[in-house]
Amino acid sequence: MTLEALNYATAWPEIFLLCMACVVLMVDVFIAEKNRNVSYLLAQLSLLGTFALVMVGQTDERVLSFNDMFVQDPMSDVLKQFILGITFAVFVYSRDYLKDRNIFKGEYYVLGLFAVSGMMLMVSANNLLMLYLGLELLSLCLYTMVAFHRDNGNASEAAMKYFVLGAIASGMLLYGMSILYGLSGSLVLSDIAHEVANAGDNKIGMVFALVFILVALAFKLGAVPFHMWVPDVYQGSPTAVTVFIGTAPKLAGFAMIMRLLVEGMGALQTDWQQMLIILAVLSMAIGNIIAISQSNIKRMLAYSTISHVGFILLGILAGTAAGYSSAMFYTISYAIMSLGGFGIIMLMARSGFEADQLDDFRGLNQRSPWFAFLMMILMLSMAGVPPTVGFWAKLAVLSAVVEIDMTWLAVVAVFFSIIGIFYYLRIIKLMYFDDAVDETPLSCGRDMQITLSTNGLLILGLGLYPAGLMSLCLSVFN
Amino acid sequence: MLTVTLSSYLTLGALLFAISVAGIFLNRKNVVILLMCIELMLLAANINFVAFSHYLNDTAGQIFVFFILTVAASEAAIGLAILVVLFRNRHTIDVDQLDEMKG
Repeated sequence: MTLEALNYATAWPEIFLLCMACVVLMVDVFIAEKNRNVSYLLAQLSLLGTFALVMVGQTDERVLSFNDMFVQDPMSDVLKQFILGITFAVFVYSRDYLKDRNIFKGEYYVLGLFAVSGMMLMVSANNLLMLYLGLELLSLCLYTMVAFHRDNGNASEAAMKYFVLGAIASGMLLYGMSILYGLSGSLVLSDIAHEVANAGDNKIGMVFALVFILVALAFKLGAVPFHMWVPDVYQGSPTAVTVFIGTAPKLAGFAMIMRLLVEGMGALQTDWQQMLIILAVLSMAIGNIIAISQSNIKRMLAYSTISHVGFILLGILAGTAAGYSSAMFYTISYAIMSLGGFGIIMLMARSGFEADQLDDFRGLNQRSPWFAFLMMILMLSMAGVPPTVGFWAKLAVLSAVVEIDMTWLAVVAVFFSIIGIFYYLRIIKLMYFDDAVDETPLSCGRDMQITLSTNGLLILGLGLYPAGLMSLCLSVFN
Repeated sequence: MLTVTLSSYLTLGALLFAISVAGIFLNRKNVVILLMCIELMLLAANINFVAFSHYLNDTAGQIFVFFILTVAASEAAIGLAILVVLFRNRHTIDVDQLDEMKG
């Protein structure tokens, strides 16, 4: 075995990011408390550097490396770019929030960078072992980040719930993987796909493994009935961590479903399609209905996440290239929307005030017309109103479902998203038609203003010109 | 003479898995027991992997087990750390009392 045979050049971005995470870890130990900005800047630089390496190494074909452990294909390139870009924005948004609460520590950035490298490994995994290690690297960092504000009781309760349920999901995943390994005799996804296709009498065992794996995936993504942790974790963790959990890991979760279900067990499509239908319909129903009764906006956005996950699953279960690309388009646009939504909450928060109640949004238009306008765009986009990107995302998923003659499923989805419009419009009503109770002016740094404005306008821009992102997602699956 | 076959190991794995799931859902008292059940769940998967690996004559499964053991150790460390933080803030580790957030 020579170094050339490992073809390690495909993993340059991951190698660079991992080294930089260790550098940030070490540098942070040696700098004084007042120079903490150095860790922040180094973390941002490493994200930018990794982004540049991903861009330079882009490829149109499927390249395997590290003895078929690692795969680089157009899907992994696109998802990695969005994961890195979104994390960059997350770090920009969270800086003032962390400073106000006296938790502006290097650990936040170190854990964030390790989580990003975990996500990148998940996106590029071609082996069950790699998939599991990437997932654990991501999850372990997220558990710690939730408990990061260690004097906050709600945060530690949320961390405990997240940890226990996440670990159960990992256990389920491993059990399913062990059965799959026993029946197919390999850990490599392409070999498994071959064995699954020629399973014959073993098929029932494969379906048994599939159930365990699907339950674990549903846990990780937060699909009903495995969604119990989502609202508590979103509400309890510091908003700087909620925004991270609610955005980039969704892209990694999408990649994980694509690798395991579509690449690994594509031959069982009729089996997982039925299971996904149940998960998707329940998620859209429970997510949208329970969100109406929430008074905490982070909790409300958690239930809205659950309903959006339902839509993503809808695209995947279509089982066609159009379906996969619509699900990818949906995941990317949802991550950008939720990034902006939590960004506005962090903008309004200040020392000793979380701005996580719906009432805190009363009269936002009088305090800052521009940010009220951005929030309005974000809410309209989550509701799926044109001309925002949320509308195109929903349209693409629905047309993929209609194409496989499941019109009833599209009707159900539209029905529940109409129910969902209510709670998004309520925020717009509070912002524009109610009087402000709290007159404190909003203050934030120039970097946050620019990033947040770009984020909001991106939603509008992608809504007016969706063709670019749409064709990018389509080209990945052709 | 009793022979130990692959299915004996798989039955043991399935039993351990069932015990751990039952422990998680029945236990309403102590978070530490939850952590123990989670470890048991990972060990159930380990037994499956080792049994299959021996039966298939393929070492990949045994290597997977080494990684699972390592990850389980770090997972336990993080779980216990969160437990300490939780106890400092709430002065209890009863599962029933972890219900401050609802809705």
